[in-house]
Amino acid sequence: MLKLTDLTASVGEAGEARTILNGLSLEVPAGEVHAIMGPNGAGKSTLSYVLTGKAGYEVSGGSAWLDGHDLLALDPEERAALGLFLSFQYPLEVPGVPVMTFVRAAMNAQRKARGEAEISAPDFIKMARDIGKELNLSADMLKRPLNVGFSGGEKKRLEIFQMRMLEPRFAILDETDSGLDIDALRIVAEGVNALRSPERGMLVITHYQRLLDYIVPDKVHVLSHGRVILTGGPELALRLEKEGYDGIEGAAA
Amino acid sequence: MGGSGFLQGFAMDSRVKDGIDQETVAAARALESENYRAGFSTDIETEYAPKGLDESTVRFISAKKDEPDWLLDWRLKAYQRWLTMTEPDWAMVEYDPINYQDIYFYAAPKAGAKYESLDDVPREILETYEKLGIPLREAEVLLGVEGAAETAAAAREPRRIAVDAVFDSVSVATTFRAELEKAGVIFMSISEAVHQHPDLIKAYLGSVVPQSDNYFATLNSAVFSDGTFVYIPPGVRCPMELSTYFRMNAENTGQFERTLIIADKGAYVSYLEGCTAPMRDENQLHAAVVELVALDDAEIKYSTVQNWWPGDETGKGGIYNFVTKRGDCRGPRSKISWTQVETGSAVTWKYPSCILRGDDSVGEFYSIAVTNGRQMADTGTKMIHLGKRTRSRIISKGISAGRSDNTYRGLVSINGKAAQARNFTQCDSLLIGGDCGAHTVPYVENRRADAQLEHEATTTKLSEDQLFYVRQRGLGEEDAVALLVNGFVREVLQELPMEFAVEAQSLLKVSLEGSVG
Repeated sequence: MLKLTDLTASVGEAGEARTILNGLSLEVPAGEVHAIMGPNGAGKSTLSYVLTGKAGYEVSGGSAWLDGHDLLALDPEERAALGLFLSFQYPLEVPGVPVMTFVRAAMNAQRKARGEAEISAPDFIKMARDIGKELNLSADMLKRPLNVGFSGGEKKRLEIFQMRMLEPRFAILDETDSGLDIDALRIVAEGVNALRSPERGMLVITHYQRLLDYIVPDKVHVLSHGRVILTGGPELALRLEKEGYDGIEGAAA
Repeated sequence: MGGSGFLQGFAMDSRVKDGIDQETVAAARALESENYRAGFSTDIETEYAPKGLDESTVRFISAKKDEPDWLLDWRLKAYQRWLTMTEPDWAMVEYDPINYQDIYFYAAPKAGAKYESLDDVPREILETYEKLGIPLREAEVLLGVEGAAETAAAAREPRRIAVDAVFDSVSVATTFRAELEKAGVIFMSISEAVHQHPDLIKAYLGSVVPQSDNYFATLNSAVFSDGTFVYIPPGVRCPMELSTYFRMNAENTGQFERTLIIADKGAYVSYLEGCTAPMRDENQLHAAVVELVALDDAEIKYSTVQNWWPGDETGKGGIYNFVTKRGDCRGPRSKISWTQVETGSAVTWKYPSCILRGDDSVGEFYSIAVTNGRQMADTGTKMIHLGKRTRSRIISKGISAGRSDNTYRGLVSINGKAAQARNFTQCDSLLIGGDCGAHTVPYVENRRADAQLEHEATTTKLSEDQLFYVRQRGLGEEDAVALLVNGFVREVLQELPMEFAVEAQSLLKVSLEGSVG
């Protein structure tokens, strides 16, 4: 499903560019959830931005394919229409645009790009209400401008709300657990688990093992200096917790 | 110009405000890359006054309209006054000097000014309005053609709008007139009103914007060609929205319309004004005067969507929009509300204002001004508090893109007798790109210690991160900008009647096309 080969990317103006991804290879088959762990500066967030097409990242080598589509050749909205979703580490405020309006605009834009009919208003409202309830987001909250005046935890829940509504083929969750208390963490994890299916893949980027107690990954990749240095099962996360990144990096080197 | 958007009701679901943004995106998409859809011109035989301006021009216009002597004298007095005045230059706009001898001050479709029924209106004019999406044809009760079976059908429609269409210098069609007459509402071109309701015209013309008010208002008083007259009798709530569409078609022509709206005691009216013009290399001058009078407990809501040709990307051509708009809350507890969406014109210079004369009267100003390319806008409002406990509210949203300049200029004046007056002002500016400018120039004159004045101002730049966030969710770049801009102006859009809100949203998008990346 998602296949990354020797991905190399840098950030910054020419001349002062810093290489962040350094020959990263990774494959996530449909139906699997993979975790990416690594210390600060390992390239975790850069990976999520390169895959979703944020400006300012120069890809100098390698490839990234989703379902047989060359991601790197597409605009961000085209990648989104393929079903690629990013839950942002720091969700942005969209003043004046209510959550519901925003999600419906996004949903219909994606549907249009795929040649599908728009969702009807009653269907949309019902879906939003049901998913909102599961994530403990009141109808009132969904009428407020997106991310404006929401707490950190609420913003993360709104990211998961958007993900559930948009039903992506492949989701990247960038440190969705940061800033969450234990109850919010459980709600978010349940939201993610509800989307697990044989057709869908996910990449869960996290700093801590804690989230993986709730979202149990099929595989864990350890990222260091822009490449995968170690891949294993869920137990690798536990080992990381115990030995720390230094220990693992040392062992892998 | 979302043509269909003007006509259709958008009752997709009951939460309409949520629905708007959705509709916009769709309506705007339909416009694709046509940057200025109203930019065509219509081939029609036109009768002009001789080019240039002297006393004979004023007499020519007055004679064309078969005006009574008192009005001709009024015009001539204004003309003499104008000769003694100099063009003002204090606004933050720059433009080449206007050569008043190179303008046609009067242009009219040759077939005659006013038509008995829409069937008599030249086909080219109807087609022009159809292209613009203005519902002349669709209106089912036309020009006093009464008793038509369609009347009942029309009454069943959820929302109707009576339209007065002004083509260059003359009004060509007024719809729904018979039905309005039943309610006692007078809605006709001002030239007709001069003949049919001379007492009202004499009593109110120039009573809010005096002849001597300013250079362009004085010029207008001398040469005004046509415009709309509205009178709502005491206690009447106007049964539908009234609308005027102004179209400047002829080349080298100035448009000097004059609008006069009177809401008598306890009356209510919502009035919409729309404007377009063809793309021309030359600059065209638009110097209108709008006067509103609200008597005791009356309310007037005046909405404008202005889409005059802004000129090309190098700054060539476009409309000079120098307009004087003022409302007089003459009676106690009266209310006047201005809402404007300004997307067009090369140079805009206007300040729809309220004189809050009656005790407890209320003035409101909601504005969206968009500038792109080389456009310049200097716009805002004046709230003159004279009566006790008068209140005013100003919400201004300026959006600058390209190499444009956008200035908010506002005055809040609290007179010595305006006990416990209150004003709230909020001026927000949004910058798109790095070559544009936003300026806020608020003036306050306060003679009362008990006045409550609040002013908030923000300037934000549309951020790359925000745009990326929206695009990651699936919206294309232009749609993402439109969504963010619509969010920015939401408070003002909510003040517009639904049809106009939808149209305004598509206009915003079209106006800002190509402003990012």
